[in-house]
Amino acid sequence: MEGLERIVLAHPFFAGLETELGPVVAGCARNIRVGPGQYLAHEGDSADEFFLIRQGRVALEILPPGRHAVVLSTESEGDIVGAYWLVPPYRWQCDARAVELTRAIGIDAKCLRAKCDSDHHLGYELMKRFLPLIVQRLDQTRLQMLDVYGSRPA
Amino acid sequence: MSVALSAGTSVSGQAWSRIGAIDPFVPQIYRVSRVWRESSDIVTLAIVPTAGDRPEFAPGQFNMLYVFGVGEVAISMSGDPAVPGSFVHTVRSVGAVSGAVAALEAGATLGVRGPFGSAWPIELAEGSDVVFAAGGLGLAPLRPAIYQVLARRERYGRVVLLYGTRTPTDILFRRELERWRRRLDIDLFVTVDHADETWHGDVGVVTKLIGRGGFDPPNTIAMVCGPELMMRFTGTALHAAGLRSEQIYLSMERNMKCAIGLCGHCQFGPTFVCVDGPVMRYDRIVDFLAVREI
Amino acid sequence: MVENVGLEQILADHPFAKDMPPQVLSTISGCCSNAVYHPGDYIFREGEAADHFFLIRHGLVALEIHVPQGPPIVVETLETGDIFGWSWLLPPYRWSSDARASEQVRLLKLDGACLRGKMESDHLLGYEIFRRFLPIMARRLATTRLRIVELVIEPPAHPRHRG
Repeated sequence: MEGLERIVLAHPFFAGLETELGPVVAGCARNIRVGPGQYLAHEGDSADEFFLIRQGRVALEILPPGRHAVVLSTESEGDIVGAYWLVPPYRWQCDARAVELTRAIGIDAKCLRAKCDSDHHLGYELMKRFLPLIVQRLDQTRLQMLDVYGSRPA
Repeated sequence: MSVALSAGTSVSGQAWSRIGAIDPFVPQIYRVSRVWRESSDIVTLAIVPTAGDRPEFAPGQFNMLYVFGVGEVAISMSGDPAVPGSFVHTVRSVGAVSGAVAALEAGATLGVRGPFGSAWPIELAEGSDVVFAAGGLGLAPLRPAIYQVLARRERYGRVVLLYGTRTPTDILFRRELERWRRRLDIDLFVTVDHADETWHGDVGVVTKLIGRGGFDPPNTIAMVCGPELMMRFTGTALHAAGLRSEQIYLSMERNMKCAIGLCGHCQFGPTFVCVDGPVMRYDRIVDFLAVREI
Repeated sequence: MVENVGLEQILADHPFAKDMPPQVLSTISGCCSNAVYHPGDYIFREGEAADHFFLIRHGLVALEIHVPQGPPIVVETLETGDIFGWSWLLPPYRWSSDARASEQVRLLKLDGACLRGKMESDHLLGYEIFRRFLPIMARRLATTRLRIVELVIEPPAHPRHRG
């Protein structure tokens, strides 16, 4: 457990978090290692867990019927994968596939949510970190959607 | 003859005539010496003068290319200023004239007026970290600047190239990028808006790459080129990363006609892109990028 | 103070305030004001200081990105009951798009600068505000991602921008 606490507190997402909260978060966490081509989650899976990438690269992709996968975004060291635990119906709406060997911290969403509801200080500290990341991703994804480069479809 | 240009300044048509350079009103005849097909609608041409030497140019400048019977279009240089003999231009076919330029074959002739316009701040950036941020076809007008910085690599701190484009098939100058990637003295990040599972690189908007760092914001010069919308958001993102507006340079594009500050076609706010640009410092134009009908 | 009590009630009726502890509601209403916009009015513009967020009491708001030489692109439309304006949550606290009233709009305008300060010392307030934003932002992120897929599968007939 101690090792996991250390790993949790060392992740950029938790920068500045009081050390006493380390074990609290680690209580909802697990250390995972995913090989290239392996999936962290599939579209439709229950969104029980999200991931903090420590090392490697994860592609978020959607597989339209009868077509190649459309990779929408890649997340690497320091990034978070999975915001679907926040949105009903709490199911992954895309696949999350490791492009290269990836080490990540998996966080149990229900476990964490319960701890945040009972400890507002922890809740605030975590939300304070999540929100800017999601907002930034939203702004960035919007720019991707605008298709600014304007070249004709291949 | 060589004319040194300091960053963000240029020489008007009248001044060119006075210093005895090539007459800016009269096209010189050039011949296409080589054509590279970059994609379905983008072509790179090397063109050589039929008489005399090709003039010196500074990275960031453009020529007016004239296709006989069709018309004239402004295209930035995309080649290495240190390589004599030819101008290199990368052109996307979007209209009648650019389409005609892109369709030229080796041996065809065309008219050339130039070089015109302001230059990337290569000398000014010495001693600093350099960030090149390219979007789509914007990598082409930046390429001469990248060549020049790499040719004098010891004069600069960290050098970073951030390149975003629509999909992996739209990546320009792939072989060159691979060569640069193999160097240890330039950090290269390429991203695409979307891809299929065969792409193992980054997917996401180019501004996301700024977070990778590798440069010291207070001591960095950024050179940005791409569609205006991309440059607008990249400027904002670089600013948010700690660069002041005076440290950021963009290359503006507007429809050019005379290229020498007379006709007003390329007007952008109070500036004429052909003589006050195309390379402009961000602080001077940021307000006009925000204006909604310009 | 009649004004404030009135606002607190209006705020309490908005979906944003559902299940909100009364003391949090009271604090937020102290940083709240009413605003009305006519069709076509800008509520905020890209690049301006982002110190507020907005609850739509009634009406339609379009988030737009203006582009050179063309009509603005609508990236999102928001309606009665929605919340918008999230740039107040992260530096550099500047709007990343325009917001324009598509029809007559009545808004509750919440002073983010006022709240940011209070949230740092009152973590219950902070948690209650943030946790309401989070699902909304996450849903928008998911929707925007899906729109990219749609654009890839069904590219528009004419490319919008020239590189």
